[in-house]
Amino acid sequence: MAFLDSLTANLPKLLDGAVTTLELTGLGALIAAVVAPGLALMRAGGPKAAQLALRVYISFTRGTPLLAQLFLVFYGSGQFRAELTSLGLWGFFRDPFNCAVLVFAINSCAYQTEILRGGIQAVAPGEIEAARAIGMSRAQVLRRVTFPHAYRIAWPALGNEIILLMKASALASIVTVFDLMGRTRQIFSRSFEFSVYFQAAVLYLLITICFVFLWRLAERRLSRHMAAPGRS
Amino acid sequence: MTIRTKLLASVIALGALTVTAQAETLRLGTEGAYPPFNYVTPEGKVAGFDIDIGLELCKRIGAECEVVAQDWDGIIPGLLAKKYDFIIASMFITAERKEQVAFTAPYYMAAMTHVVPQDSEITEFTNETMKDKVVGAQAGTTQADYAVAMYPDADVRLYPTQDEASLDMASGRLDVMVGDMLPLLDFVEKTEDGKCCKIAGAPITDPAFVGEGVGIALRKEDDDLRTRLNAALEEIRADGTYQAINDKYFSIDIYTMK
Amino acid sequence: MVDLFSYGPLGWGDEILAGLWVTMRLALVTLPVGLLLGFAVAALSLSRSPIFRAMGAGYTTLMRGLPEILTLFIVYNGLGLVLNQLMTLIAPAAGPVEFPPFAAGVIALALVFGAFAAEVLRGAFQAVPEGQIMAGRAIGMGPRKIFWRIKLPLLWRYALPGLGNLWLNLLKDTALVSVIALDDLMRATKVAVGVTKQPFTFYLVACLIYWLMCLGSELVLARLERRANRGLRRA
Repeated sequence: MAFLDSLTANLPKLLDGAVTTLELTGLGALIAAVVAPGLALMRAGGPKAAQLALRVYISFTRGTPLLAQLFLVFYGSGQFRAELTSLGLWGFFRDPFNCAVLVFAINSCAYQTEILRGGIQAVAPGEIEAARAIGMSRAQVLRRVTFPHAYRIAWPALGNEIILLMKASALASIVTVFDLMGRTRQIFSRSFEFSVYFQAAVLYLLITICFVFLWRLAERRLSRHMAAPGRS
Repeated sequence: MTIRTKLLASVIALGALTVTAQAETLRLGTEGAYPPFNYVTPEGKVAGFDIDIGLELCKRIGAECEVVAQDWDGIIPGLLAKKYDFIIASMFITAERKEQVAFTAPYYMAAMTHVVPQDSEITEFTNETMKDKVVGAQAGTTQADYAVAMYPDADVRLYPTQDEASLDMASGRLDVMVGDMLPLLDFVEKTEDGKCCKIAGAPITDPAFVGEGVGIALRKEDDDLRTRLNAALEEIRADGTYQAINDKYFSIDIYTMK
Repeated sequence: MVDLFSYGPLGWGDEILAGLWVTMRLALVTLPVGLLLGFAVAALSLSRSPIFRAMGAGYTTLMRGLPEILTLFIVYNGLGLVLNQLMTLIAPAAGPVEFPPFAAGVIALALVFGAFAAEVLRGAFQAVPEGQIMAGRAIGMGPRKIFWRIKLPLLWRYALPGLGNLWLNLLKDTALVSVIALDDLMRATKVAVGVTKQPFTFYLVACLIYWLMCLGSELVLARLERRANRGLRRA
């Protein structure tokens, strides 16, 4: 009962934080999702120099802790305040939420690019040859054959990546963003009420479970042509 | 204690959780990111006013003390989990904290203050003037409580350490910073970064937030240690040792704040 | 700038190296603990009893669904309190139990590592072809011999790429312990930033060090994989 009482007391703040967590994750993942397909194409068969640059970017992003990247952008940008102000960018970097979204987008973009590249390379060459044979242009092949296939192959991995990003977004609390984790730490630092951590854990799990459910629904839709007749 | 010796200690302690008998060795918990009261030197040692006072008190009660650095928002849980025996980390004595821990008599008086950029024209600090302003403070402190309670319409940002809040004050992310008077005086007057900024408005002395001054926190059951520390505190006040340490750091006597 | 990283009382080179040493030790100590836990949980998930299977699945779902930093806070702040309450109940005379941040870091990281490793190991176990085991039985191997000579080497081959990824994640996750006052590479960097007020320079150096560690690990992993796959016919 005590757990329920404290949950009702904390819930408004925790939910407010959960909304911020969803915003951080959603924006970060979305920006990455817009950029990643182009990068994935380049990574799969672009000019040598672009491929090398992409490999360095992906290797660096995946080889360094997200926390370090966040500190580098958030506190590091303060070191270049004058330069950023003259470029008119300081207004953006001044807000920790923006910095967090930027870092999450850069980070997730690296992972999404690799996942999509795998998807693109797994598309059967015969499919593409067939599309060209019936006279589709390069753009048409990409839009109608390559990407639909690549996304269907990459879909589960992309879902995993977004869940990982959602969990990683808890780090934003360390640079003063009041996401779910930030609210949790704030409540704990005042009341030392340990159960708030468990309440946060329940909320994180709920978010994950809802997301997994929605993602599977979408996956079923993406592969509806594969289902046996009469069963979809 | 250097970073490395502390590592060594944690290696030894790892694996088997060692059970230590209560000898006259005491562990002093502090934060290490709160200059000039407690901070880490380039040699990796924790130093500052709090540490000097703490080690002097240890000497007086005949104990061997080692310094343990602990992040602020885990500092009281760390005491309760017996990671150290007392906290000397510029902690205000407040009613809320007294529910968790016991305090010695105050070892210095304190007030809080606002810091603003040099070109800022804010002199009055009310919820109206703070509306939509970015106000920074260290999380889990009385300053943070003050900012959250007094400026509900402001955008309050809470940092893990005072150092990080000051860093963001200097980089211009904050319009206002609320903090302890003495460290912030030190920040604006003595540091290169602090040149950005100035102290503004009247000191905050509201006892609801500032409490009864700054004390050493102990576990409630350690009443004997509390009595011994209080006696030692009176002793170093009386014989001028306190004054000597005080003068190393401050131009005023912070015990009385006069 | 070179002065900032010099190895001496005025530079931060020695502190950062000391922090690096903690980071590496933390990862190296966590690895075997996490692997053992992973094996145990994988065994649960593969067990015939539905209760054990549910326990295994529950554990992996829970641990993989929580932010690592939340797990770390729960272990660090919670376990210390619980341990001491237990000790005062069991042996009030024994005095306080030490619960150092290093141990908290190892436990929290191993809990997370174990959950992910369990999934990798379970997948690898299930990938061992039935025919190989039958072949072993046909030439008269006992169950134990089959485990050591056939299942384990194949398991290693199938699980290595997944475990390699987990190792890289572990290396990076160690940075989280800096928020619970363990003087790892990340925290040493933070302390240096607090004093020098040069966040970009120092965090960039920290990033580069982590990157180098990961690149080095990838080289070693590639060699291990080549070794594990020796004798494998190329398609």
